Amino acid sequence: MKKDKLFYWKLFLSTFTLSAFTIGGGYVIVPLMQKRFVKELKWIDEEEMLDLVAIGQSAPGPIAINTSILVGYRMAGVPGAFLTILGTVLPPLITITVISFFYIAFRDNLYVKALMKGMSAGVAAVIADAVIDMAAKIIKNKAILPIAVMVVAFAAAAFLKVNIIYILLICGALGAWTTYRANRNSGSMGGQGQ
Amino acid sequence: MILLQLFWSFFVVGLFSFGGGYAALPLIQHQVLEVHNWLTPMEFMDVLTISQMTPGPIAINASTFVGTKTAGLAGAVVATVGCVTPSCIIVLILATLYYKYKGLSMVQGIIKGLRPAVVALIASAGLSILVTVLFNRKEFPIKPSDINWIAAALFLASLVLLRKFKLNPITVMLIAGVAGIIVYGFLGL
Repeated sequence: MKKDKLFYWKLFLSTFTLSAFTIGGGYVIVPLMQKRFVKELKWIDEEEMLDLVAIGQSAPGPIAINTSILVGYRMAGVPGAFLTILGTVLPPLITITVISFFYIAFRDNLYVKALMKGMSAGVAAVIADAVIDMAAKIIKNKAILPIAVMVVAFAAAAFLKVNIIYILLICGALGAWTTYRANRNSGSMGGQGQ
Repeated sequence: MILLQLFWSFFVVGLFSFGGGYAALPLIQHQVLEVHNWLTPMEFMDVLTISQMTPGPIAINASTFVGTKTAGLAGAVVATVGCVTPSCIIVLILATLYYKYKGLSMVQGIIKGLRPAVVALIASAGLSILVTVLFNRKEFPIKPSDINWIAAALFLASLVLLRKFKLNPITVMLIAGVAGIIVYGFLGL
């Protein structure tokens, strides 16, 4: 891929636009990023994108910021990371700075509330759409362990309110353990993966 | 020295908020209300409400709001930079390790274990947004009779636009927002 001015502008503008529409929590940026970087621009493949999201969640800090840093770094190294941070931080920075001068009027405005209520229904649909695609892919593989992990992790996060970091630690350890056993059985420890 | 204090306070928030926005909430509260008296509890509630209504992570919204209020635009920028600095350092280290060692079978095993979990976490975040949208409340238990049929219709229509008509998510969110203004704002339903 040619890393010319247009490439950097696309990278910045993509994160800026996605961040401007990340309403209702950091996870919203994940399906938006998948659509933009995986499906539209085809810069990153879907599995790698999921890996980047996993890494972003394992680190402290907002998920949207962390995932943007990873996408920027993946596309253009450290300068790319700084560009995507800037793109992600600017929309909230501008919006809140402006709103902080008249936030009570903004908070109580009927039309702003109506707009947000409508948009949150759209946001819920965007996440549902992405989850259906991702879950279908995992279920289609017909391996029992990943499906079980998905179901149990979902119940733990949604109903038992277990902290995300514990869920990631346990699932990562489970992945390490199954690999260790598979390697021991085939007699090649810590070699290259397929 | 207010700028230095702002930087450091939000650096701490960024450094210790593992697991997304709601993990950051008590940390922000501690820094902003208890360590420093930058906001009143009432103003803090307002920041939360506005964060729900505006784009971006809650920690970034809070740093910008508190920064603007205590030290103007410079304060907003400094607090935001403080908030993202720990992310930058830690995430870049992890990314370097990932690209260096992702060929190792052990690393691949760990990542394979994480993939279904990530899907589950996104689904869980989506469910809590959906519950808020449909039942107008944050937590279970919910009463099926409390369902907001207009919101349910907006949700289903958006889903059809995304899956059947393959519209871009941002376009769908804009359409849903305009529909919201018409239905809730003008018709007052």
